[in-house]
Amino acid sequence: MRSVDPGKRATGRVALLVATRKGVFVLRSNAARSAWSIEGPHFLGHIAHHAVLDPRDRRTLLVAARTGHLGPTVFRSTDLGASWREASRPPAFRKVAEGEEGRVVDHVFWLEPGHAGEPGVWWAGTSPEGLFRSEDAGDTWESVVGLNDHPKMSDWARVEKVGTPDGPILHSVQIDPRDPRHLYVAMSGAGGGVLESTDGGADWRPLNAGVLVNFAPDPYPEYGQDPHCVRLHPLAPDVLYQQNHCGIYRLERPDERWVRIGENMPKEIGDIGFPIVLHPRDPRTAWVFPMDGTEVWPRTCPDGKPAVYATRDAGKSWQRLDRGLPGEQAWLTVRRQAMTADAHAPVGIYFGTTSGEVWASADEGASWSSVARHLPLVHSVEAAELA
Amino acid sequence: MKVWIPQPLRSYTEQRSEVEASGATLAELLADLDRSFPGIRFRMIDEQDGLRPHMRIFVNREEVQGIRVALRPSDEVHIFQALSGG
Repeated sequence: MRSVDPGKRATGRVALLVATRKGVFVLRSNAARSAWSIEGPHFLGHIAHHAVLDPRDRRTLLVAARTGHLGPTVFRSTDLGASWREASRPPAFRKVAEGEEGRVVDHVFWLEPGHAGEPGVWWAGTSPEGLFRSEDAGDTWESVVGLNDHPKMSDWARVEKVGTPDGPILHSVQIDPRDPRHLYVAMSGAGGGVLESTDGGADWRPLNAGVLVNFAPDPYPEYGQDPHCVRLHPLAPDVLYQQNHCGIYRLERPDERWVRIGENMPKEIGDIGFPIVLHPRDPRTAWVFPMDGTEVWPRTCPDGKPAVYATRDAGKSWQRLDRGLPGEQAWLTVRRQAMTADAHAPVGIYFGTTSGEVWASADEGASWSSVARHLPLVHSVEAAELA
Repeated sequence: MKVWIPQPLRSYTEQRSEVEASGATLAELLADLDRSFPGIRFRMIDEQDGLRPHMRIFVNREEVQGIRVALRPSDEVHIFQALSGG
């Protein structure tokens, strides 16, 4: 859950914003988070990659959407989805001169509210890899030229060569709560990996030391890694976690070298997956959803037995959390944006699957229950505290 | 001139299937269409002025491949989408 006051425990009802391949659904909890109602779909038939509520006003809701046949856009609501308006200028790359090869936004993948001290500022990551910024709560978007036209971008965003099954993407826009000019982004598709900017996005550099690449001749290049999800801890912003194509990592700045904390996962489970979720108040606690990364990469939970794994000691040890989840023949896949936490105590953990289920735990993963099923493929799940 | 709007884009035209727009080229016509129905152009045409995949535009029932086509006031423009996929 994004918050402008991350140290504060949430006490209200939780809303889960579920973006799917066929539209957006909203799940609302009761006060105990023991019962849920579902509302939607919004934008039925649209491919929605992300739905995010602005924690600064708790009213502005942005949805990244396209259809299979209409171009990418951003929809905005300031009344929690009762009414919607489309961005008047959606994210789009610079138009190039005739004869040059210009890039085209295929879809907006990641939406990130800006720094708490910059109300109205939002960031968007796209496929192919691009970073965009809005200063008017998502109505108009500008290309972040410092990255999109960076001299190294042709190396960092190798559009035509590699990418996820849905294309190469820029994701995991993370903002240092101490300094709005200090940013991290990640690129999937064996491009830039994790990049850092300390000047508001004017310039960028790779931050990938220690992160393995097992799909290229050099196992530890400067860039070319495949981060699946990167999270900065809001209360300890020097601490970053990363679920990568090649394991789970932790970085504590000012160090520059990531440490593979996934080595401490059970060997029969491995440390491959897509999302990683942080405890809102304890920077030593994180949750992952391991998936089978052996042989041809099935990307389902190992052995058909779903489990969340948690560490409470910064990755030195991991505990299996599967009470309430199916015990066998459940080949779930959870995408990188489809797992999240709320800010309650105990923390609620949630994940959505590509088979259209949403699972919830109100006790930090100790026990699980299904709160929605038969939905379309879930792209993202975000927990929000309503105004 | 008359422009026929496909169903997936009628949320921009208040559900009208037929609208009026003007321009000496298809590019100008699409710009005029966007002034009347903000946002409709970008759903059809990308930022490099290319037709998006699945978009098909016909002028006087002849399919065109780009937006530089010259138009006359008496022309008819049909916009279609070739729907596919699950």
